[in-house]
Parts: sequence; structure tokens; C-alpha cells
Amino acid sequence: MTPQAGSAALALVVVGLPFASFLLLALVRPLRRAAPAAAAVSVAAIAGALVAAVVAFTGAHPRAPLQSPSTTWSWIPADGGPMATVGVMVDELSLTMLVLVTLISFMVQVYSWAYLADEPRPSLGRYYTYQSLFAFSMLGLVLSPTFIQMFVFWELVGLCSYLLIGYWYDRPAAARAAVKAFWITKLGDLGFVAGIVMLWASAGTFDFVELFGLATTGGLAGDLSLIMFLVYLGAVGKSAQFPLHVWLPDAMEGPTPVSALIHAATMVTAGVFMVTRAFPLFQLVPDVLVLMAWVGAFTALLAASMACVENDIKRVLAYSTISQLGYMMAAAGAGEPSAGFAHLVAHGVFKALLFLGAGIVIHVFHTNDVFRMGGLRGHPWIWLPFLVATLALAGVWPLPGFFTKEAILAGVLEGHFRLPFLMLVVTAFLTAFYMFRVVFLAFFAHPHSGDHAHHAVPALMDWVCRLLAALTLVLGLRLAFGGHHAEGPAWLPALSLGLAGAGIALAWAMYQRGLVDPARVAGWFRPIDWLARRRYGLDGLFAALYRWVLLAFARLVGWVDRYLVDGVLNVLSAWTLRAGDRLRRLQTGLPQDYVYGVALGALVLFVLAQWRMR
Amino acid sequence: MPLSAYLALAAAVFAIGLFGVLTRRNAVGILLGIELMLNAVNINLVAFGRFHADLGGMLFTLFTIAITVAEVAVGLAIVIVIFRVRRTVEADHLDLLHG
Amino acid sequence: MIPFPALSIITWSPFVGAVLIMFLARHRPLAVRLIALVTTAVSTVLSVFIFVEYNQEAAGFQFYEKVPLVPPLGIAYEVAVDGMSLLMVLLTSIIIFAGVFASWTVATRSQEFYALLLALVTGVYGVFVSLDLFVFFLFYELAVLPMYLLIGIWGSSGEVRPRGIFAFAFRETGVGTKEYAAMKLTLYLLFGSAFILVGIFALYVGAGAGSFSFLELEAATFDPRLQLWVFLAFYVGFGILAGIWPLHTWSPDGHASAPTAVSMLHAGVLMKLGAYGVVRLGMGLLPDGAVELAWLVGGIACVNVVYGALSAMAQTDLKYVIAYSSVSHMGLVMLGAATLTEAGLNGSVFQMFAHGVMTGLFFALVGLVYEKAHSREIGRMGGFGRSMPGIATAFTVGGLSSLGLPATAGFVAEILTFMGAWRSAHPWWLVPAVAGTFLTAVYVLRVTKQIFWGPPSPHFDHLADARGPEWVALVLLTGVIVLFGLVPAIAIAPVDTATVPLLSRLVQP
Repeated sequence: MTPQAGSAALALVVVGLPFASFLLLALVRPLRRAAPAAAAVSVAAIAGALVAAVVAFTGAHPRAPLQSPSTTWSWIPADGGPMATVGVMVDELSLTMLVLVTLISFMVQVYSWAYLADEPRPSLGRYYTYQSLFAFSMLGLVLSPTFIQMFVFWELVGLCSYLLIGYWYDRPAAARAAVKAFWITKLGDLGFVAGIVMLWASAGTFDFVELFGLATTGGLAGDLSLIMFLVYLGAVGKSAQFPLHVWLPDAMEGPTPVSALIHAATMVTAGVFMVTRAFPLFQLVPDVLVLMAWVGAFTALLAASMACVENDIKRVLAYSTISQLGYMMAAAGAGEPSAGFAHLVAHGVFKALLFLGAGIVIHVFHTNDVFRMGGLRGHPWIWLPFLVATLALAGVWPLPGFFTKEAILAGVLEGHFRLPFLMLVVTAFLTAFYMFRVVFLAFFAHPHSGDHAHHAVPALMDWVCRLLAALTLVLGLRLAFGGHHAEGPAWLPALSLGLAGAGIALAWAMYQRGLVDPARVAGWFRPIDWLARRRYGLDGLFAALYRWVLLAFARLVGWVDRYLVDGVLNVLSAWTLRAGDRLRRLQTGLPQDYVYGVALGALVLFVLAQWRMR
Repeated sequence: MPLSAYLALAAAVFAIGLFGVLTRRNAVGILLGIELMLNAVNINLVAFGRFHADLGGMLFTLFTIAITVAEVAVGLAIVIVIFRVRRTVEADHLDLLHG
Repeated sequence: MIPFPALSIITWSPFVGAVLIMFLARHRPLAVRLIALVTTAVSTVLSVFIFVEYNQEAAGFQFYEKVPLVPPLGIAYEVAVDGMSLLMVLLTSIIIFAGVFASWTVATRSQEFYALLLALVTGVYGVFVSLDLFVFFLFYELAVLPMYLLIGIWGSSGEVRPRGIFAFAFRETGVGTKEYAAMKLTLYLLFGSAFILVGIFALYVGAGAGSFSFLELEAATFDPRLQLWVFLAFYVGFGILAGIWPLHTWSPDGHASAPTAVSMLHAGVLMKLGAYGVVRLGMGLLPDGAVELAWLVGGIACVNVVYGALSAMAQTDLKYVIAYSSVSHMGLVMLGAATLTEAGLNGSVFQMFAHGVMTGLFFALVGLVYEKAHSREIGRMGGFGRSMPGIATAFTVGGLSSLGLPATAGFVAEILTFMGAWRSAHPWWLVPAVAGTFLTAVYVLRVTKQIFWGPPSPHFDHLADARGPEWVALVLLTGVIVLFGLVPAIAIAPVDTATVPLLSRLVQP
């Protein structure tokens, strides 16, 4: 077996195990409804996938890049060779993602068992079915060797997101959030699907390797700027870039482990992954890259400002996810997708940890409101992992966030994006500030009256968090001492550390010591504060577009169809009925009248015949 | 006598029959009118048969007579049934077919 | 080659079932259902059999049978299938098989109901397998006419308030009643079939070969002007059945009023019959006409896609939502065909199949919901997911296929249509096609959320999930949707053998 075939087979194992688990759970009803068994199947499958992924990663990593990394099979046949193919593409990018996805999935599935222990058993079975489907879809996405396969799994992870946000489907808020997430991401996906179809029409293939080959030889016809812009739209929807980011904060209605896995670590980063994967194509269209960098930086800043005024701990984390995704996209837009991707991986680990840690505090206090938490100073095992992740997110040496963020900032500066760089720098400060605002309020603030019923934290949840915290540390230390070299100017590390420190200090002064009144600070930035608290009106804008434009137009069309298009027809038939009503009066019912008619008719015919014959 | 004389007679009988059908109020009268019209046809058939030396005319006349008998029987039966149901055989009152 | 007349058995087996039901099963409802089940099962099994047996290397028409009927006029009973009709036969048998189960609970006059249903199915099979256009037309009428009785007798009436400037006409025609719907549907379809008949005779005379056989007409070449007019006649005639705008209004009323199995069969198969007619007769026999009028077919299809989806969004009656979604999806079918590309035409035929199964599933589900909740008002429903999880799951799968989610059959059909659209002579068709999928996502998820999600509605209690025979229909249909979505090659490989030769005859301008 060649090394390539071997790693392809391993990749198939990785993606196949969760699929098998999903099939088993979906088809065997008694198994699904017996929660421990369902959980065991799902967790065992993802554990197997994790092992296989690690084996593939360590086995393939040191080797030189393979000649052709993808192995494909025909999916949609056509006359002259298949029109679309599916398969696996095993290279460094996909292997790294494999490990990340299986790792976080495994952690989250284990954690969920404790977190959702109170759920009814059939619901829990459903939960693990969705989890397996998600793991399968996400793994299929990262292994995609073709655009069409990527789109297939792209939509499937969207489906899982929809199903899992709506896990508590009888809560109206969850139902609304799930549908909103689907619609908004679908809006971006329209661009994606149109883009890949246009790309296919000009290149005749969906295959990345072939497309990259064409890209280097300049063999791509068609309006590539438009095509890649449309493809980029898909990433805008999925990776929650402005203005399609509105679905992500609402997605927090789902169970917290789901938010950790899907809406922080893996699925939302699919857009960044796609841009990284298809970067040889994006490279050909500088306009789109510039747009990507600007939108990314703007998204980062916008989301950070909203995170500063949010009281719901999960929503703060959601805004911080949007903000970090903005960083990654900005890096890709500045021509440094590898920096963005490194941030993706690091962020995946510590953001999952943040959410899982938040899950613990939510479990303890039974609320999402940070102002109703506090007094956990005496429980270091609760706040320590969270603190590690927060420091990583804030970009403090020697944690991974420091290095990856620095690389992004360096890349953006290198690309001469002055203003985006500035926005990202401000975001770095805000990130440290809002994250430590949460830390001080949720953990170290004075305990609130009445909320003292601390619930014991299940050991499983604790251990998952500790493991992830250790992993974050290891990742950071490896980057610190593992031959990391900074490309940016020498003042950059100092700047980013200084900003992080300033943010932390401000949060400490405001929320721990009470030295600065938050209301006064808010007063200095009154318009921004006012807007940020209203989410810049974007949610309202989308809601209004939906209600007053789309639905109103649909009602109009429905009315036109029912009362005009169909109305014309009904008028015709009504007239027919009326004409018939008039004409039937001719039928007197008297036989003699009919005989008169016959006689008269015969006479007319006779006269006519005579006249014609003359 | 020439053929035209027979045809004139038949036409006269037909016209009388038609007049009867159109003007009589009584259903039995209408039936009698129909009989006259049929017999006008019979006269034509016999006359043509005679002048063309074709037995087919006679043959058809026999057919017609037979059918007429049956028709009268059915017709009168219908009239009797109508009388039973409606207590009248006045044609003006029998307008169930009106639209 | 197989030694028995497979196609004739498939076609006539339901008819035999209908006759048996009428003669042997009076007042024995179980016997009625068993006869229906066995005869449709024969067709289904044989359809799967010929689907597997079909030789894709040889392609062309296979399982050929011919019996002369009126030799002087060149009329013969001549049946065969190619890759395209093969898939349609399979679709028909899947839908009717599921339909027998879905209408298991029909109580009134079930004997006549099943007999008419089975007679209708014979007509549908006959249309798909006939090569002789005269016999094709006979089967076509057989497929259309029983609908009148089925809707008029076993249908259900809705409510439509007379409004607007034409309100008087709504009052006078009785809009909303099942009698109105049945009459509208029948008149519309007969109106269309008049065009088809004229078209068939025009071809018969125009070819001058004294034969109605498709194969001989295919070999003939027709004057371009004649082609234009006959194509137009076929387009209007079959298009009415396929629900083209603005001649689609029979479809929402008809489908909403019809009983479950009839809606399934009608939206699932008969509308496809219209599209099939346009492709097979219109494009197959009149290549110049098809190329000449592709802009019209595609343009109207675009209207269908967007307009149907928007109308579906505006409905408050569940059955109307599904019925309008058919109008929208039939637009995609016609759009794919109008692209005149391999991808588009394959997508079109695949969409016929995918939409057939999906809409069959939808109507089966709506029937079940209606039977249990006795309401079709979406606004009154809510939280049904808790009491009927099976129905909710099946509805979600159908909905996802409808909005073109990958791993369902709907996606393959849509992406192929998109690909064809962008490669066609009118690339802008891609825009309404793509927009249609978004609008579909909006109305499908909106309805799903309203009915199955959220807190349980106070208007209903004691709702039960599907049971017994009903499960068979749901599992069969959802299984087919997912199977063909995962492995589209099963269907596309044979279809491709039929569409490629068809397209090679079309000369692009």
C-alpha cells in the first residue's frame, strides 16, 4: 500500500466511524431511545475517529507533500466522464482539521453526557444522533477534494447546526433561532452555490487540484472576480461575517456543549477553512481579498464592541467568536491564510474550553447573566481552566492566542492595510477588556444574595475542561519554544501584550475594584454604547426585511394569484355559466315548440339549398 | 296519372299532419298528426316504387307500417302513463323538459 | 432479454386489480386493499426488476413489445422504455405503492375509490411506456379522467373568501368546494389535451409515413414552421399538466381538494407526465421547435419557480402550501429541460423523480396530519413534534429535499439544473433558480417550525403518531429520497443514456 492510499484509507475510517454511528442511531430506534447506549455508540465512534486522525496526522506530517493529495470517485456520472466526484483530500490542512474536529467533538460529547444528564432519555438519544451526524459532516467537509463535496457537507453541517440549536424545539426562542440561523447562512450559501456552478461552467471541474492547476497556468475563463466574490459570500454566512453575523448570537439558544463545538470551534470556522483551502483561487482576485480583509477587520471590531455591553455570558462568547473569525478572515484577505488557519486551530481549542467552562458556571448558577454570578474565588478548579482560555484569547504570552494573533497582525500590516490593522489592534484591546469583564464578574465578584445554592460540578465536566486547559498550555508552550519566528516588526509583540494588559487592567479597575464607574465610561462613548446595545439595528433590519419586504411581497403575490390570475379564469367560467343560463330559456319544454324549430330549420335548409343550386 | 300527382297528394297529407302536430293541444291528436306524416311518406314510397318498378319501395312501406304500429302502441302507452301521473294530456302543460 | 412482457404486466396489472375489485370485493374492504396491494406490488417489483435489468451499454428503447391494433392507420400497441421513461415508471410504482398504504383508511365507497385509482395508474404507466402516439393519447386520457370522480366524490372542500374586483365570479363558480376543484382540474386538462391531440395529428400528417409510432416519427424531419407550431401546442397542452404559469391555478385547488392518495399521485406523477411529454414529444420529435422556443419555456419556468415559492409562502392552508411548492418545483423541472444542456436535462428528469417522491411524501404527511388533527390551518397548529415525532421527522426530510439540501434527492436535481442554467444560452436563469431555493427554505422551515416546533397548541389533544400501514409509506418515501440523494448515479446513469442522444439532435442556434 502506498503511503497515499494508506492515509486516504485512514481518512475514510475517520469520516466513516461517525457516519456508521449516525446510521446505527438513526435507524435502530430502541438503541436511540436508550440514552446510555446511544451515547456510548457515539462517543466510541468519535474516539475511534480521534485515534485514527492522530495516527494519520503523526504518520503523514513529517513527509514531503504528496504528489496528488486527493483520491476521488465518481458521484454524478455524465457522458464524458463524471460531472461531479467525491473523495478525500489528505494534506496538512485537512489532517490538522481532522485532529481538531475529532478532538473537540470527542471532548464535547463526553462533556454533554454530564451536562445533559437531566434530559429525557429519548431526547438525549436524538442529541447524540445529531452529534454523530455533525462529526461526520464536518469531517467530510474538511476532507473535501472538490467544491461540490465541500458544499454538500457545508450544508449538512448547517443542517446539524439548525437541528442542534433547535434541540429544545418546544422553546419558541430556540425554534426561532434555529430557523434564523438556517435562513441567514442559506443566504450566503446562495452565493456559494452560484459561485461554484459558475466556476464549473468555466473550468469544467469542481476538483481543487485541477482548479489550482488551471489557476497557476491561467486557464480559468470567465469573470473570476464575480465568481470568487460569490464563493466568498458562502464564507460570510457560515463564518458570521458582517452583515450576516446576526444568526450566531441567537444560536446560543442551543445547549452549551453544542455552542462550544459547532458555534465556536468547528462549524463557524468552515468559512475560514474554505478560504484557506481555495486560496490559490482567491489569490487571483485581489479585489475580493481586499474586501475580505476590510470586512474581516470591521466584523472583528463591531462584534467586540457588542461583546462589551452584553450581559449573557454565552452571547459574550458568541460575539468574541465572531470577532476572532473576523481576525482570521482579515488574515486571509491580507494574503496570510496560514496565519488565519493557525488562529483557527488555536481558537478552536481555547474557545471550546471557554464555552465548556461557561457551561460549568451556568450549571452552577442556573443563569446566563454574568451580573448574577460571582463568589467562586474559592473554587480554583472552576475558574482556572476558564482563566487559561481567557488569557489565551486575550493574547497573553505564552499562550497560543498571543502567537497566532501576532502573526495575523503582522500579516495585515505587511499587506499595507493601515485602517484594518488599526481596527484589529483596537479589537485586541477590547477583547482583553470584555473577556476579563466576564471573568471578574462571573468568578471573582462578590456573591449575590440568594444565589448561593451552588450545584456540585460533575467530575466529567471538570476533567474535560482541565484537559483542554492543559492542551492550550502545551500548544502555547510549543509555539513559544518550538522555533516560532515572528515576521512582523519588533514592536508588535510589545504592542499586543501592552494592549492585552491595558484591557485586563481596565476590566479589573471597573469590575473588580470599582475604581472606574462603567456608566461613566459608557457615557464617553454614548452613541456607540447606544448602538451596540441595540446590536447596531442589524437584527431589526433583517427582521424588518423578512416581515415587511419578503412576507409582504409574498402575500401580494399570493393575493394576485388567488384573486387576479385565478380571478380572470373564474370570470370566464362565471360568464360561461351566465351565458348558459340565458340560453337555456330557449328550451321551453313544449314538444310543439321543438317541432316548430325543426320545421323552420328544414325550411331554411331547403331555401338555402335552392339558392345555392341556382 | 303522373308521378307528380301522387307526390302532391303525399305533400298535402304531410302538410295536414304537420299542421296537426303543431296545433293540436291534445297528445292523442299530436300522435294522429304524426301518423298522417308517416303515411305521407308511405305514399311517396309506394309511388316511387311503382314508377321505378322497384319492389324496394313496397318493402319499405311494409316496414314503415310495422314500425308505425309499434310506435303508436308505445306512444299511446306513454300518453296513458302521463295521464295517470299528471291527470292531463294537454301538450301545453307537459313542459318538464324546459331548461 | 427477458422472456415475458414485463412492461405490459406493469401497465395492466393495476387495471386487472381494478376489475377484480369491482367484481369480487363488494363490501369487503380488506379484500379491496389486498387486491390493490398485490396488483401494485406486482408492478412495483417488476419496475425495480426492469430498472436493474435495463442494459445501459445498449441504451435506447428496451423491453420492446408490439401488437398492431389498426394496421391501415398505423396504430399499434407498441411499448418500450428508455432511460428516461424507466425512471418515470419506477417513480409511478413507488408513489402508487405508497399511496395504497396512505389511503388505507378511506372509509366511504373504498371499492370504487381503489378501482378508479388503479385504473388511473394504468393510464399513467401507459403514457410512460407507449411508443405509439395514438395509444399514448388514449392512456393520457385514461390517466386524466378518473381524477374528476376521485376529487368530486372523495375530496374535501376548503374555504376561499370572495374578494377583489372579481368577487362576483368567485361566488358564482363556488371557489373552494371540491366540485369546483374537480371541474376546474378536468376542464383545464382536457383543454390541454385538445392541443396535444392536434399536435399528434399534425405530426402524423406531416410525417406522411402513415404511422403513429414514435420511432418512425423520430426518423422523419419536419418543416421548421410546423415544428414551431406543434412544439407550442405540445408546450401548452402538456405544460398545463406540468403547471406552467399562468395556467397553473388548477393545481393548488385540485391538489388541496383531492384525497391523499390522489394528491400524491397527481402532484407526484401526473404533473411529471406533463413535463415528460414536453421533453419526450416536444424536444424529442421537434428539435428545431425546441431550440427556437427554449427562451419561452425557460422564461416561464423562472416565473414559476419564484412565483410559486412566493405564493406558497402566503398560504395559510397546509395543503395549499404543498400544492404551490409543486408549482415552484415544476418550474425547476421545466427550467432544466429548457437549458438544452446535458446537466440541465439530467437535472430536469432527476427533479421529476425527486420532486415526485418528495411531494408524494408531503401529501401523505399532510393527509396524516389532517386525519389526526382535523385541520389544515397552519396558524392553529403548533408543537406537533412532541406527539408525532415520526411524522415530524419525515416532514423535515421532505422539506429539506424540497429546499435542495445535500444528501437528499432534491439537491442533486437542483445543482444539475443550476449547472445547466449557467451553461445555457440564457445564463441569467441561474438567478431565479437560486433565489427559488432560498424562498423554498423560507416557507418550508417556517411551516415546519409553526407545525412541529414550539409549545404544543391548545387547540388539539390526543394526537397520535403514524401507525401500521402508514409507516410503510413514510419509510419507503423518505428512504428513496435519501438513497437517491446519496447515490444519484443509480438514476442518472440510465437517464444519461436517454438525454445525450436526445440533445445531440438539437442544433444550437
